[in-house]
Amino acid sequence: MLLEVRDLHVEFHTRDGVAKAVNGVDYSVDEGETLAVLGESGSGKSVTAQAVMGILDMPPGRITGGEILFQGQDLLKLKEEERRKVRGAKMAMIFQDALSSLNPVISVGDQLGEMFQVHRGMSRKDSRAKAVELMDRVRIPAAKERVGQYPHQFSGGMRQRIMIAMALALEPELIIADEPTTALDVTVQAQVMDLLAELQRELHMGLILITHDLGVVADVADKIAVMYAGRIVEHAPVHEIYEAPAHPYTKGLLESIPRLDQKGSQLYAIKGLPPNLLAIPPGCAFNPRCPLAQDRCRTDVPPLYEVTESPVPRRSACHYWKECLHG
Amino acid sequence: MAELSKNGEAADATPNVTEVETVDAATEAEAVAAIEAPVGRGEPILQVRNLVKHFPLTQGILFKKQVGAVKAVDGVSFDLYQGETLGIVGESGCGKSTVAKLLMTLERATAGEVFYKGQDITKLSGRALKAVRRNIQMVFQDPYTSLNPRMTVGDIIGEPFDIHPEVAPKGDRRRKVQELLDVVGLNPEYINRYPHQFSGGQRQRIGIARGLALNPEIIICDEPVSALDVSVQAQVINLMEKLQDEFNLSYVFIAHDLSIVRHISDRVGVMYLGKMAEIGTDTQIYDHPTHPYTQALLSAVPVPDPEAREGRERIILTGDVPSPANPPSGCRFRTRCWKAEEKCSTEVPLLAIPERFQGQDTPAAHESACHFAEEKDVIHAA
Repeated sequence: MLLEVRDLHVEFHTRDGVAKAVNGVDYSVDEGETLAVLGESGSGKSVTAQAVMGILDMPPGRITGGEILFQGQDLLKLKEEERRKVRGAKMAMIFQDALSSLNPVISVGDQLGEMFQVHRGMSRKDSRAKAVELMDRVRIPAAKERVGQYPHQFSGGMRQRIMIAMALALEPELIIADEPTTALDVTVQAQVMDLLAELQRELHMGLILITHDLGVVADVADKIAVMYAGRIVEHAPVHEIYEAPAHPYTKGLLESIPRLDQKGSQLYAIKGLPPNLLAIPPGCAFNPRCPLAQDRCRTDVPPLYEVTESPVPRRSACHYWKECLHG
Repeated sequence: MAELSKNGEAADATPNVTEVETVDAATEAEAVAAIEAPVGRGEPILQVRNLVKHFPLTQGILFKKQVGAVKAVDGVSFDLYQGETLGIVGESGCGKSTVAKLLMTLERATAGEVFYKGQDITKLSGRALKAVRRNIQMVFQDPYTSLNPRMTVGDIIGEPFDIHPEVAPKGDRRRKVQELLDVVGLNPEYINRYPHQFSGGQRQRIGIARGLALNPEIIICDEPVSALDVSVQAQVINLMEKLQDEFNLSYVFIAHDLSIVRHISDRVGVMYLGKMAEIGTDTQIYDHPTHPYTQALLSAVPVPDPEAREGRERIILTGDVPSPANPPSGCRFRTRCWKAEEKCSTEVPLLAIPERFQGQDTPAAHESACHFAEEKDVIHAA
């Protein structure tokens, strides 16, 4: 296994109390595999990724438990110095907002080349050539002429390509893409997702795709982890989850999005609001919004029940997953 | 206003705003009377004709001179019928939000007309304009920045009454505001709370309550749910549909999410670079699109169904949207279009029912601004 996150816990200490952002997350990605982490704002999907990358703001954040095994090695036990050698070279991240993730006063070529200078000890001239090569690879037209330009001279889609080029620079084994296309228009989004999928196949990388868009997930993912209130509530291969969700939250999400190919009647709406991380409801965190909730759900935290063990294990954190699956 | 030409030349307008001449009291009273008269269901309530908005580009600090113009909206025409929802879709920079501002008379049009019950609102002023503004309200995209953080919810929703006191006399306002809170599904006791005490979805409800305060006939919604989480989006959409039935509202629904627009709209217009590319009923646009841009846009939307991964044809457009300051000649889409020919660079295609479909009883017979309009289903798996 390329990456395995085991029972990860992350807290944030704020003025109003302790926000429990991640409460025991387990997931894994293999080489060449795409895991989609799906969740709404505050579900802990980005915080988990930041912990994996080692870019969590600490303080106020604190990792209070768990392991992050990368090629068998627990990253949480490494010194910052050793961690830095992993970050960028072996795992890289693509952020949502390319404009604010790129340095506005350094040329694109220098930002791309920096990777080679720092990690590979290349000269400025060689790294420039590498930068042009990378820009070609992500299909930026006239790469040679544009390598000296600054981020503001590129369009949104092009900037996101540069972010992808930067992440790919050192041919990492794992890429974490945090909402890589959310800020882009649909036609550009399709271009960028295609490029990302193609490069992943070519380089046989593991990909963690963090998103809230159920459409994007259906297009590219192999397996899905659905997060709610800092926990994984359902984990399944992509086809099965769309066909028959085994958790009421997943089911509600799928029913609440309108369809493009047919005009539906009224939308199903999950009642209530996402939970406050300072005061997560006892028992199952979803119980106040759940149509299946019983007394037991208000007291017992549901474990991740095994639904099926077929090639990719399928799990659901619902006491009544059978009712959900067949109801 | 029986005969309104939809495809007159979009006047090569200079961005100088024509001064509105002072109207004498009699015509003003007439206009106000027309504005206050009701419109029957299904009749046009808003008629937009060749609407143009150019933003000047200037150079120099002391002596400013105009060096060009951003052609944000460049000759857009459409009708809004009473009681319907007209969806407007398009990518960023296509001018859809500028259209919203023009309909609200928040921006002055460079040229063109917007007829509201027969009155051209781009030329109105004074009492008549005030009456129009009461009847056309807006709901904004970002519920975090469109509410004043220092005002209580009661003050925010009640503020429209300060400008239009005839709607609610002073002593009655608190009760009115509480009624509105109840209508949008918030607890009326929250009247003294501040915006930060609410979640995103609740704030959008406050924005909707403010939009409803003056009993408007038309609500312009500019990306009303795009800042909300999926589970909350559905709640707000359902609320908006309920309110439309209850208060007999007409919506102009501007969004970039094509699935949501299909869900809520009766008719849909697709914009590209300041022009309307195609307009028709939701079935005509989604199941029988004839404009290549609409087809590309629809095929690019990821559908939440992994089975459709292989079955669907994807049209991946190359390149980016050209700058609205320097749009391509002829058809604006031709630089990214796979059908483009010589004709497309010289002749601007008019928004009309394509000749080949004229007089036919087919869903493909709807207005489309393409020389080579051709029906193509792109969203259903083959």
